[in-house]
Amino acid sequence: METFLGIELSTWWFAIVGAVFTGYAILDGFDLGAGAIHLLFKKEESRRIALNAIGPVWDGNEVWLVIGGGALFAGFPDVYATIFSAFYIPFMLFLVLLILRAISIEFRSKEPMRWWRQMWDVLYSVSSALIGFLLGVVLGNLIIGLPIDSHYEYTGHFLQLLNPYALLTGATTLSLFAMHGSIYLVMKTEKRLYTKLSLMVHDTSRVFVVFYMLLTIVTLVYYPHMANTIKRYPFLIAVPVITVFNTINTRRLLELGKYLAAFFSSALTVALLLITFAMNLYPHIVRSNINPLYSLTVHNAASSSRSLTIMLIIAAIGVPIIAVYTSFVFWTFKGKVKLDENSY
Amino acid sequence: MDLELLSRIQFAFTVAFHYIYPPLSIGLGVVLVGFEGLYLKTKNPQYAQLARFWIKIFALIFGIGVATGIVMEFEFGTNWATYSRFVGDIFGSALAAEGIFAFALESGFLGVLLFGWNKVSPTMHFISALLVTLGSMFSAVWIVVANSWQQTPAGYHLVGHDLAVRAEITDFWAMVFNPSSVDRLLHVWVGAFLAGSFLVLSVHAYYIYKNKYVEISKKAFKVALAVATVSALLQLLLGHHSAKGVAVNQPAKLAAFEGHYDSLAAADMYLVGYVNNKTEQVSGIKIPGGLSFLVDGNFSSPIKGLRYFKPEDRPTAVNFVFQTYHFMVAIGLLLIALTLYASYLLWRKKLFQQKWLMLVFAFAVLLPELANQLGWYSAEVGRQPWVVYGLLRTSDALSKAVKQNEVLFSLILFTVLYVLLFTLFIYMLNKKIKHGLDDFAIVADENPTTKRDNPIMHS
Repeated sequence: METFLGIELSTWWFAIVGAVFTGYAILDGFDLGAGAIHLLFKKEESRRIALNAIGPVWDGNEVWLVIGGGALFAGFPDVYATIFSAFYIPFMLFLVLLILRAISIEFRSKEPMRWWRQMWDVLYSVSSALIGFLLGVVLGNLIIGLPIDSHYEYTGHFLQLLNPYALLTGATTLSLFAMHGSIYLVMKTEKRLYTKLSLMVHDTSRVFVVFYMLLTIVTLVYYPHMANTIKRYPFLIAVPVITVFNTINTRRLLELGKYLAAFFSSALTVALLLITFAMNLYPHIVRSNINPLYSLTVHNAASSSRSLTIMLIIAAIGVPIIAVYTSFVFWTFKGKVKLDENSY
Repeated sequence: MDLELLSRIQFAFTVAFHYIYPPLSIGLGVVLVGFEGLYLKTKNPQYAQLARFWIKIFALIFGIGVATGIVMEFEFGTNWATYSRFVGDIFGSALAAEGIFAFALESGFLGVLLFGWNKVSPTMHFISALLVTLGSMFSAVWIVVANSWQQTPAGYHLVGHDLAVRAEITDFWAMVFNPSSVDRLLHVWVGAFLAGSFLVLSVHAYYIYKNKYVEISKKAFKVALAVATVSALLQLLLGHHSAKGVAVNQPAKLAAFEGHYDSLAAADMYLVGYVNNKTEQVSGIKIPGGLSFLVDGNFSSPIKGLRYFKPEDRPTAVNFVFQTYHFMVAIGLLLIALTLYASYLLWRKKLFQQKWLMLVFAFAVLLPELANQLGWYSAEVGRQPWVVYGLLRTSDALSKAVKQNEVLFSLILFTVLYVLLFTLFIYMLNKKIKHGLDDFAIVADENPTTKRDNPIMHS
């Protein structure tokens, strides 16, 4: 495998795929989180404001999932093939939920009837919550490892994927998104909804802290391999330590009412948790619990050097451009949400 | 039904449903750029009104296109894992380029297009419309490149053996510019222009027929008719060129297009017909040697027939390929006749008095959509039994970890979901059309416009 700046191309690509999914989790994380708490707003106007706060950006946020899927397919075709066929039913449900969610955002405000709006609101909220939850379930199973045979094929049943640990990672992910989304909303709203949300963020962040502590303990007890990389490179203990301090800081910033800073802080929490996950998984991507030799790693599952080089060039050209215009779009819609005739 | 058949049905169903929308987005985008451009140029508020009305419909179509498109990206891995392992090294870079260069562009600026009227200047709004349209056209580039590579693989070598064999890229540009990609991309783009412009024609023809919004509809109709007429004529040329490419690169598919079996004989061209794959006979009305003439410029040149290929290496659904191909061509010719006739009447200033023609246009929206679908059916079914032509059979490309019941379950799920989605789509589209253009009218603002407060927003 060729190298770039002394690091193997496949490792670079592992980092890129990780970065894209992290971008996805940060961005879609807040709009999924906003969706998950949507039913807690009772007034019609509050719901519309909450929906329009994510209105111009949720579609763009979801693009990161598409890019992530593409990057995984491109960089590690075997991982893409193995995971997607192994998680067949969960991914199919995930897709259906994504579509139902998109439909509910699009259609809820198109008719004035109460039942109509309530129906789409429920669908929107439930699908947002379940999507976050399912993403966490996938992460949990990647931590545990999957029954992968010598042809890199999954040999288990789909109900095995819904094991207690995976349910815990699912719930933790959901609580993380709920915190992240509520902080986003408090940043984008004013008046009564703002007041309500400024109280709600304390609850969502507390719930997250509880799940975060629980998950950390359970992982260290049952899946100590998730600390392997830190054992080998002790200085990396800095990552989880920073995560803890950063979480405390999020809470502090919320107390102070510094919501923009708190939003960046919770985005950092999302990133740090995924970095902790990825660095301890490395060099594995999908761990086989039948035989460690069957595991998919950055070494045996990567595309060819030439392919990775080409895609590195594509990413080097494309990503800065995306960063510039994504910033432009967010800047265009900065500030508090006002409903107008273009709104949902 | 076995796993292969179920997987093929699911993929065909989800991709066919998806493909209702992206061509409309691309084509509608082009017309929108026209409206916004004309508004900037003429300052006539009616063009802004048209843009605002159509952007709402664009958003609806675009949204469903995105949602159903994500399904496609995941389905390669979920249902066609072996295929994904085989093509990943090649397909991946095209897909990555699509996501990074195209999809991010269109989705990013869609927000500005939809919600930005009050936030950006009319010029910036025009640029956003342009970027969204270009983004959707770039999307088509990479998807068509990837699909064309499956039709005519190039710039690769095979690595590994038996089950673990995969294609690895050797030359990126040879992969991108594989023998069929340029022909097919242009064919797809122009097909999309037709789909989008005919949607605009349809709605405004309906308004004119109903004597509503007549003046503004005439403006919109002219813009869309210009796009449609040029596209219809261009498509004849591009379609012909594409078919010549098929003759060189995928002779079995070409033979299936016309139900041609005997390699020593000249190939006929049928106007209508029916292929019996058992007796290897075609009955119908034909131009003797017509296909030979189109491919080779000579009515008596022999053309490689289906019998040249081993039975396991040639498409079995020959009649299906034959019919879909012929219907597509027939619709293409009909569109040329329709747009040319309307353009002629427009030139003679008699177009909008022809109520019957307006009614025809109101329904004609279905024609390019149908032709786009049929074209893909013949291209994809004509490639069988291969998923990657000559390299990987469809029957070998499946996911080994996925069971028949699971695919049946997801197929039912998607069927129910897409029926719901389509019903809602038609319902919303109909509602928007019935609701009309009034809400989008602009009260002229006497004051010079500022960036934060442009006249488009005052409804």
